[in-house]
Amino acid sequence: MKRKDYSGIAVAVPVTIPYVRYSTHEAHWWLARVLRELIQGAGIKKSDIDGLCVSSFSLVPDTAVGLMQHLGMSPRWLDHIPMGGASGVVAMRRAARAVQAGDASIVACIAGDTNHVASFRLMLGGFSAFARDATFPYGAGGPNGSFAMITDAYMRRYNVKREDFAKLCVAQRDNALKFPHALFKKPLTIEEYMNARPIADPLHLFDCVMPCAGAEGYLVMSAEKAAELGLKSARILSTIERHNAMPDDPMQLTGGWVLDRDEFYGMAGVTTKDIDFIQTYDDYPVIALMQMEDLGFCAKGEGSAFVQSNSFTLDGTLPANTSGGQLSVGQAGAAGGYIGMVETIRQLTGQALGNPVPDAEIGLVSGFGMINYDRGICTGAAILAKGD
Amino acid sequence: MANPLNRPSRKNPIVKTRLPTLPPTTRGRFALGLTAAATEGRFELQVCADCGAVQYPPREACNQCLSVELKWTPQSGAGELIATTVLHHSNDLFYRDRMPWRIGMVRLDAANDKGPSVVAHLHGDVGEAPSRVRLTARLDRSGQAVIYALPEKETPNMADDPQYRETTCDPKFRKVLVTDGKTALGQAVVKALAAAGADLIWVGQAEPWKMSPGLDKLREFPQVAIVPLDVTDADSVNKLAAEIGGKVDIVVNTAELHRSGGIGDRDNTDTARREMDVNYFGLLRLGQSFGGAMKFRAADGQSSAVAWVNLLSIYALSNFAPHGTYSASKAAALSLSQCLRTELGAAGVRVINVFPGPIDDEWNQLLPPPKLGASVVASAIVKALKDGVEDVYPGDVAQEWLTKYRENPKVLELELRGGGM
Amino acid sequence: MSALLNTLATALSGGNVRIVDLTQTLSPDFPAIVLPPEMGQSQPFRQEAISKYDDRGPGWYWNNFTLGEHTGTHFDAPIHWVSGRDLPNNAVDTMPAAHFMAPACVLDCTKESAENPDFLLTAEWIKAWEAKHGQIPKGAWVLMRTGWSKHLTDRNDAVAYQNMDATGQHTPGPDTEAVLFLVKERDVIGFGTETIGTDAGQGFHLKPPYPCHYYMHGAGKYGLQCLTNLDQLPTTGAMIVAAPLKLRQGSGSPLRVFALVEEA
Ligand SMILES: [Zn+2]
Repeated sequence: MKRKDYSGIAVAVPVTIPYVRYSTHEAHWWLARVLRELIQGAGIKKSDIDGLCVSSFSLVPDTAVGLMQHLGMSPRWLDHIPMGGASGVVAMRRAARAVQAGDASIVACIAGDTNHVASFRLMLGGFSAFARDATFPYGAGGPNGSFAMITDAYMRRYNVKREDFAKLCVAQRDNALKFPHALFKKPLTIEEYMNARPIADPLHLFDCVMPCAGAEGYLVMSAEKAAELGLKSARILSTIERHNAMPDDPMQLTGGWVLDRDEFYGMAGVTTKDIDFIQTYDDYPVIALMQMEDLGFCAKGEGSAFVQSNSFTLDGTLPANTSGGQLSVGQAGAAGGYIGMVETIRQLTGQALGNPVPDAEIGLVSGFGMINYDRGICTGAAILAKGD
Repeated sequence: MANPLNRPSRKNPIVKTRLPTLPPTTRGRFALGLTAAATEGRFELQVCADCGAVQYPPREACNQCLSVELKWTPQSGAGELIATTVLHHSNDLFYRDRMPWRIGMVRLDAANDKGPSVVAHLHGDVGEAPSRVRLTARLDRSGQAVIYALPEKETPNMADDPQYRETTCDPKFRKVLVTDGKTALGQAVVKALAAAGADLIWVGQAEPWKMSPGLDKLREFPQVAIVPLDVTDADSVNKLAAEIGGKVDIVVNTAELHRSGGIGDRDNTDTARREMDVNYFGLLRLGQSFGGAMKFRAADGQSSAVAWVNLLSIYALSNFAPHGTYSASKAAALSLSQCLRTELGAAGVRVINVFPGPIDDEWNQLLPPPKLGASVVASAIVKALKDGVEDVYPGDVAQEWLTKYRENPKVLELELRGGGM
Repeated sequence: MSALLNTLATALSGGNVRIVDLTQTLSPDFPAIVLPPEMGQSQPFRQEAISKYDDRGPGWYWNNFTLGEHTGTHFDAPIHWVSGRDLPNNAVDTMPAAHFMAPACVLDCTKESAENPDFLLTAEWIKAWEAKHGQIPKGAWVLMRTGWSKHLTDRNDAVAYQNMDATGQHTPGPDTEAVLFLVKERDVIGFGTETIGTDAGQGFHLKPPYPCHYYMHGAGKYGLQCLTNLDQLPTTGAMIVAAPLKLRQGSGSPLRVFALVEEA
């Protein structure tokens, strides 16, 4: 059976609350700020928001439920999406269907986390049952160890070099220099990347994101509603998600995108050649590379050559992570799963913050989340196009 | 091969002693089966009773058929190392003190080629991926099981690998107190520790005026020092702790008093009291005097305070009426050892309980064989230290009791009541 | 106060009568009597603070202690031995108070004991002593001075004090004839030693075994053991104060035993 498409849905009002390294506020503070800016940006009343998708790690002990009372919201549709780096795509999928079905008319999709000096360390121990039992006791005290091993296996299996990752990281930093909210404001050179101190071989300092505090959000509504409100919006051409794909693979060298890729492009009616820019989930560069392969930008195993033959900069070939991505902007917890989506909406609605991709019509945003034990469990992707 | 361990240099007295930290201790209840097996030196994973799939990480239901009948089952541990990393950074205090630290991903062998992938600590002799390894479950300093990948075959000086030594209580270059050297068992333990490379062995001697023929032989060992120690006398224990408590890395509490007889064999409590005074209160006094300093020194370099061994008895599990009061005193000691385990475990010092069957000594003269020679128990103690396990049951009798006890403690009790064993 | 006691009081305060403490300090490492391990065992002295100006009792210090009746410097009552079991007033609580004080004769066997740890005091030896120092009076303590207590007081050597080897203990004591002589011919109040028993270390091999215990207690006499400072007593003329604790049907008791000695 053919899936229903996402026609008639508009995605609008991209909001980024500028990140800070550490915050003394709680997650509620960050989520309140992004919701308020969404309301102001859309020129609506608080009560006009009748649906919400919420993602946050540091909201505990609250969930989206507690947040509604905290913020005095009374939505008729509510979803809590604990999918980390896949949250931005998945929230849009959920919200779009709710609007199509008439369960909600304006859905605010928000993600945000605080970062206290100790909160990253404390969060890791309680991340998941498998992490608690089978990775946390092995020394890294976080995901570095698991991603280091994925990177190690991937580099050997597909003959990828650190220089390839360097190219991606340096390109993203170039993009970040034009994005006002990036926490990293200095250019990065290949030499600096290569000579950085080791964190968990083969990962070095610039392969790892910096935890910080921040929030991101956008609105989902019908195209008619967006027009009525006078909002610049983007359209959803296609979107997919997949969880715990290929569980018998000894290591995660391929992500869940491959399972749904053909149908994904089929629904969108485009190919990779039509994509003007991509936003990959980039908690570690190996994952960004994996997405380019698994979403069909190059064949599996040709990532190294592909990276070397593209520039990924705003004015070059296949602009990628146009705001700098998490590697250069920072990783604000669950907001890291939104950074690519919000930036995509900005690019497609002419609202780029100093870093526009020239003539951008179609963008692809990809999500990857939740290293529950040895691999990321959630994958997702969406192709968005400039609004009518 | 691992570099052989060098004798640690003397401690610099003006440098602050590193305080002990523990690797992550928390585990889900369903993960504790891994630790339970590791306390006895076994590597067990859950296996689905319905479809046979091996599970890892530990869980509540089969990831193939959703059966909840998962049984902890011994594993060969054979597998392939498919990725490695050397950690140079950690958010964990324990590992921060021990960087760099090498871990890897191992794919366990399985008939259906669906063996689980296992994050494991790597022994230093494990090569780069891909390579063959064998996995074992070891207790780390937190007392919880972690999985270690070892080279497929034994390599020279394996036990000296620093990352591996973090899971053992190897007596090599460590300073050991054997609380009673007057018994054949105590003397056998001293000799076994000397052979295992202990740096210094203090040997306790109570009531020095009583003859103890083998004790003088121990004086021939250069690393042995005979010291006055009477575990029934708090003054004596305190005095010795004041002298050497800050240096003891391992306590092997061999002090025990064993008399045959149950309730009806005597008409006073004198003997039972003395059994309790040595077997139970002796442990309590030693714990009070030596425990604190050992906890403080649990991270004191490569020869830190590391273990405490209690000589219990298989009769601690269920009362053997012909040795009824002795059994009771050992049951009391077992319970107290669990308290000690909690207290010392908080600093990473392991408590090892040894449950031998009857030992071939004067107090078991009338018991039929098999009876354990002192050297067999001594070897079991040293092996337990090297393996870093928590519980050992030396000898056939102990193994049989243990099996029956695990099957059904009540049936064992009934069998003993009927004189059936 | 009577003239006699007044004289004593004056002598005590003036130093003309000196008190000599014959007691060893009770401590946990004080050697205890050794019996075969399958027999009932005397509890050694053990002491544990109840509080010591601390959270267990902020303003005071006190101890619990445990010990057997025959621990440290101690007194043996006739009921201690099977030969004395049926005598009247044979326990420490029923013995006549009049027996708490008695004169002492000190028999100096130091030289003999140094030469031979198994030295046995004989009736002949005693008679020779009497020829020099006069007859042992009725009702006197006979104290066998061997210097043995010096192993503890001077050298803290419990092993030498016990002096055991594979054949048992080797310490001096009286032989059977000597005991019978003191009991029957001299009617002494009791026999005292510096060693851990009133009998010789090898006394088990005499006839009967442990003759000093057997005949002394069988005749209602007492024993004192683990005495010290006998070298500070005159050969004759000292007055011994030895009052055991009043333990119900006690067979003996640790005690503070001391002597009154008139200065020359
Ligand atoms: Zn199954």
